[in-house]
Amino acid sequence: MRILVCVKQVPDTTEIKIDPVTNTLIRAGVPSILNPFDAYALEVAARIKDVTPDTTITLLSMGPEQAKAVLTEGLAVGGDFAYLCSDRKFGGSDTLATSYILASAIKQIEAEEGKFDLIMGGKQAIDGDTGQTCVEIASHLGIPQITYANEATVDGDEVVVKRESDQGYDMVSAKMPAVVTVNKTAFEPRYPTLRSKMAARKKEIKVLTFDDIKEIDVTRCGLKGSPTKVKKTFTPVRNKTCIKLEEEDVAAAGKKVVNMLVDAKVL
Amino acid sequence: MSFEEYKNLWVFVETEENVAKPVGYELLNPGRALADKIKGKLVAVVVGGKVEDVAKKAIQYGADEAIIVEGDEYYNYSTDAFGIAMKTLVDKYKPSAVLVGATQNGRDLGPRMACDLSTGLTADCTGLDVDEETGNMIWTRPAFGGNLMAMILCPDNRPQLGTVRPGVFKRPALDESRTAEIIREDIHVAEDQIRVKIRERIKEVAEAVNLEEADIIVSGGRGVGSADGFGIIREMADVLGATVGASRAAVDSGWIAHAHQVGQTGKTVGPKLYIACGISGAIQHAAGIAGSDCIVSINKDPDAPIFEVSDYGIVGDLFTVLPAMIEEIKKIRG
Repeated sequence: MRILVCVKQVPDTTEIKIDPVTNTLIRAGVPSILNPFDAYALEVAARIKDVTPDTTITLLSMGPEQAKAVLTEGLAVGGDFAYLCSDRKFGGSDTLATSYILASAIKQIEAEEGKFDLIMGGKQAIDGDTGQTCVEIASHLGIPQITYANEATVDGDEVVVKRESDQGYDMVSAKMPAVVTVNKTAFEPRYPTLRSKMAARKKEIKVLTFDDIKEIDVTRCGLKGSPTKVKKTFTPVRNKTCIKLEEEDVAAAGKKVVNMLVDAKVL
Repeated sequence: MSFEEYKNLWVFVETEENVAKPVGYELLNPGRALADKIKGKLVAVVVGGKVEDVAKKAIQYGADEAIIVEGDEYYNYSTDAFGIAMKTLVDKYKPSAVLVGATQNGRDLGPRMACDLSTGLTADCTGLDVDEETGNMIWTRPAFGGNLMAMILCPDNRPQLGTVRPGVFKRPALDESRTAEIIREDIHVAEDQIRVKIRERIKEVAEAVNLEEADIIVSGGRGVGSADGFGIIREMADVLGATVGASRAAVDSGWIAHAHQVGQTGKTVGPKLYIACGISGAIQHAAGIAGSDCIVSINKDPDAPIFEVSDYGIVGDLFTVLPAMIEEIKKIRG
């Protein structure tokens, strides 16, 4: 089996702070990490590899040179091969252009190395939170998609996915090749060992530039190929005034708030 | 691409097993204002098994007309059947913009439509506006875990697509006397075109968690301390007829199932009342509850950021405060 996992390097959004004076994001000093949902996707892939002989996992990312760090990280926890799409022509891409570039890269890798049975990725990246890129890859490649997987296993020529719903969950399946995007799983991603980290550092990360991909249309890449434009960004304003009770008798404070809620017709 | 033909504003009213998701009706509220601004019609689009009643209801909520596609293949959501139906409808009727609820299925369908139609999609919007001159939608959405808001345009492509968070907009007033045309489109998708099959649907009725539609939510966080600690949260929820929610910290600690998680990586909610117990209020959680009408928080730490987004705050131990509140509610309700 051949599995491809899409990974993205993202700023750790839990570490982002707002400058109270300028009211803008403080990006400096924010660590870059492997998108946590991609780490879950990689773990799901690694679990398939654990029980399926002759399975390889290829990692694919797009970004500048420093994005290699997350590929190396992935190579230490189950990844076998890694590719980075990196070119000035790819800069400024929105999700439609990014998915087009990644789909074109996947076709290029497949032409050289063979077809993939499964293409996986996190349900969304924690910086953009769009959840669009992997789904759009499925459309570009003309293969089925299953989103928000909590678990995925392989049954013959089908992938079987547990997908959470409001009432419980669905077990859904599709013939491979297919795209599966992964939600938070019940299990934690495995940790690298000292030995797997050392081995990962020695592995080659192949860089795919625009010229390395044979079938790709420049007008569909970068800003030119992006239908959505960011008009402006701003930090959200919080204009709530909180009636905060800091009292010795906290039980009485609780009762007071209940009565305030009743008076305000909330209860 | 000539934009002249692209006139109306569509709201996709998602159904599952013939029942509409509330966000579909909610979107008719901002949809009305947007359609008026671009001098177009507000059209409800309903795809499902048997969904004429949903279309009638959408009209009562203010739609100028409804387009429905019915068939057994639409009784349950599938990317392929819904994707094919929506592409066929868009190609025929050419809407200027399509609003889709940002539910799990809505966020599965949106990118499929964007790719099929080679257009832009803005995900998970919390603000909607339109430029009257150009008809360009101005989509506002949070990014970076709610730390940043971005205004996104899709100026050179039609239709413009956006998924919109449930709970951000209120349902419009229902006018039961309102009627309008319901257009039926006969689109059928063969079984082998639907490539993803539901093998099994497990309904865990006892543990039904419907945070997105809840009127009242009582949520617990790190301060709850243990799985047993959720007992008092559940008791409060029972007294109020509320749904139990949780912060990421509580879910990650294994005290409660992920289905209860509220916030950026869980569910986005918009209840009338949200009671946050022992939740510090990380920006990811705050972003997920911003649509609530009223937020009450209980926390031992007087500097907890949750108080900044709350209407009422009680500084104190939730295990003392909640029993007192429960007692008071019972007393008031007799």
